[in-house]
Amino acid sequence: MSLKIVVLAKQVPDTRNVGPDAMTEQGTINRAALPAVFNPEDLNALEQALRLKDQFPGSTISVVTMGLPKSAEVIREALYRGADEGFVVTDRVLGGADTLATSYTLAQAIKKVGNYDIILCGRQAIDGDTAQVGPQIAQKLGLTQVTYAEEILSLDESARKVVIRRLIDGGVETVEAPLPLVVTVNGSAAPCRPRNAKRVMKYKKATAVAERAPEQAEAYAALIAVKPFMDIPQWGAADIEADPNQIGKAGSPTNVKAVKNIVFKAKESRTLTASDADVEGLIKELLEEKIIG
Amino acid sequence: MANFYTDHPEIKFNLESSPLMNRIVELREKGFANEENSDYAPADYADAIDNYNQVCELAGDIVSNVIAPNAEAVDAEGPHCENGRVRYASKTYENLEATVKAGLCGVTMPRRFGGLNFPVTAYTAINEMIAAGDAGFENIWSLQDCIETLYEFGDEDQRSRFIPRICAGETMSMDLTEPDAGSDLQRVMLKATYSEEDKCWYLNGVKRFITNGDSDLHLVLARSEEGTHDARGLSMFIYDKRDGGVNVRRIENKMGIHGSPTCELVYKNAKAELCGRRKFGLIKYVMALMNGARLGIAAQAVGISQASYDEALAYAKDRKQFGKAIINFPAVYDMLSTMKARLDAGRALLYQTARYVDIYKSLEDIERERKLTDEEKADLKLYNRLASACTPLTKGMNAEYSNINSYDSIQVHGGSGYMLEYACQRLYRDARITSIYEGTTQLQTVAALPHITTGTYSQILEELEAAAVAPEFEALKARAKAMDAKYNEAIEHAKAANDNEFLDLCSRHLYELAGNCVMAQLLIRDASVNAELFGTSAKVYMNYAEAEVAKHYNFVMGLSADQMADYRK
Repeated sequence: MSLKIVVLAKQVPDTRNVGPDAMTEQGTINRAALPAVFNPEDLNALEQALRLKDQFPGSTISVVTMGLPKSAEVIREALYRGADEGFVVTDRVLGGADTLATSYTLAQAIKKVGNYDIILCGRQAIDGDTAQVGPQIAQKLGLTQVTYAEEILSLDESARKVVIRRLIDGGVETVEAPLPLVVTVNGSAAPCRPRNAKRVMKYKKATAVAERAPEQAEAYAALIAVKPFMDIPQWGAADIEADPNQIGKAGSPTNVKAVKNIVFKAKESRTLTASDADVEGLIKELLEEKIIG
Repeated sequence: MANFYTDHPEIKFNLESSPLMNRIVELREKGFANEENSDYAPADYADAIDNYNQVCELAGDIVSNVIAPNAEAVDAEGPHCENGRVRYASKTYENLEATVKAGLCGVTMPRRFGGLNFPVTAYTAINEMIAAGDAGFENIWSLQDCIETLYEFGDEDQRSRFIPRICAGETMSMDLTEPDAGSDLQRVMLKATYSEEDKCWYLNGVKRFITNGDSDLHLVLARSEEGTHDARGLSMFIYDKRDGGVNVRRIENKMGIHGSPTCELVYKNAKAELCGRRKFGLIKYVMALMNGARLGIAAQAVGISQASYDEALAYAKDRKQFGKAIINFPAVYDMLSTMKARLDAGRALLYQTARYVDIYKSLEDIERERKLTDEEKADLKLYNRLASACTPLTKGMNAEYSNINSYDSIQVHGGSGYMLEYACQRLYRDARITSIYEGTTQLQTVAALPHITTGTYSQILEELEAAAVAPEFEALKARAKAMDAKYNEAIEHAKAANDNEFLDLCSRHLYELAGNCVMAQLLIRDASVNAELFGTSAKVYMNYAEAEVAKHYNFVMGLSADQMADYRK
């Protein structure tokens, strides 16, 4: 059996190497000062996909990204490292999306890819740090979800089940889940393999329509006729049959009021065991303090 | 994120900035005829150069982020011999996995066998970077260039069976030396016997000091002609590990390059097949094999020099004594700038040699498909001669430079450099072998001597002298020209005695003279193209080379036949 694997990837500003000019005076991200990179945990997700492909030859990996036209860069990067195909979801009407609109849009794109067995994505993106998109996609597609995954330990083709090790507070947990499902992969998972020389040479000139200058259209058409892999398919809102009310600003109930730099401090932290007595004690305490109830 | 390739722009310069490169790419791509049939063939010159750069960049990523960080652990653990097999240090497997997944295999092999079809010049760039990351691992990785010999001398059936396996990441070894046949390979005794019944050859005997001796595919030098005792009785064989019959008896406990298993092998009726013609094993095929390997060692030496310089520079900037960083003291910056000058000079010679090799090998390859034109034939002869002159020069000089540079790297570190916590001591131990294996520096001198006496290097110098340089480097050029005159004068003196032993006694000094003169000219040429990258090194190297040339010139000119008894034991 071969698997159909979908990997979600996001192009993000590289917030890991933040300089003094990383924020604008208005408190938003100064995208010009930060290089755009492949979201790190999405690379961990891609590696899990590639390992499944190593294990089940004939499997295909389709990478889906949503963003500006230049986000086709992450598709090329994924192709360099072993993905089979990629789709860029880009459209002006998709702009300003919060996690809800994003997950709706990506879910629609995944439906268009179709026949998926497993959908992998990073736990969260380093620009928003919400960790909401993966779980929301699972909800919208009606799929099981396993979050914070570190490794897909095994996949049983006939029983259509996977066993996954996931990171939990203070340890790890091994869970079993049915296919198809959504897995969000943690940064502690295996790093992604390097680019492959032949794949770099093969795909370095592959582009999405939006990346090409209009005067190059003819030359590209001729090239793509001979080498179809030179075209990275590009989808707009209509291609994925998206409901205009659920995408972009219209579909985004979130409004950012302000962005502040906050340093978390643990003042009085306690660690409880999972025993019934400890849990009961905590609930009683919270009730007494009128925190819950 | 660190990337060894983008962090060292000198490598990119050497890879792409020569006017010969256009011809090299044109020949290698056979006029870009292959483009339509392959997904990853370049469309034109710029596309090919871009391919080399992109692949060097991904190699630079692996070097900086996988191989170099693993080097200390590999050095400490080393390989082990278990039940006749080699188990590499655990991190060596990580390195191998990274290079195989990155497709850095069969780099110079044609695309029809799954190779990248890169010229030797581009392969050299990847090679020196991997060596800078871990010189021991470089041995395992770079033995893939043995496949060149199989490609050149094997038949089409052997090519199609074996080359794709190397392109997919299987490893190689060249099984040449034996307990009684080191530098003197004519003494090889490993016995090859042909079985009429099984229609194949069987190998029996022992090989010693075999790098990566438990590889997947071995090229073996063995005695196929019973009763013979010299080179004419030796043939080359292919041994496939899948057939079995060769076991590892022990792994040598070496001073350096711990990542590389050096094996003693026992052949017991090991099935093998002949590669090329009988009796041509040593006189033709092993010589080709060794020339490729020597260029590889030169690249390894340059890599070690670069790493030694990087370590010393970082330490000298960081370490404070007497209230300031030690890089500000003349005694320290003298060492550092001279290290960099030797590094840049050695690298210029390395790539110049690689380009010569590329042109003659590509012409040879074209000759397998069609007749060469008279002009092409003349070029083949010319570049073959230039390559065979420059290969021993770049191997020996760079090996010696990597020794001096790694020595000075420790010296810059002071007491800390003597401690095992610092990488410079590993580099020093690793560098030591480069002037010994694949022919000692003394044997490189032997190979270079005919080119000294017949004037190959003098011709190279003449050509370099004739080329115009930027006005700011004209003064340096005049000084280099004066050095060349001293070199030619020393040759005449050594030849005038009409005594081969006298000439041999002078040969190491003449060799050093040739090396210094050629490298000085090459560095001036490069500085003239890119003064920012090489201007300083060209000036510093000139001071250094002038002193070296004076030393060796004085030695040769002061030596007379009546002094020879003082040197003889």
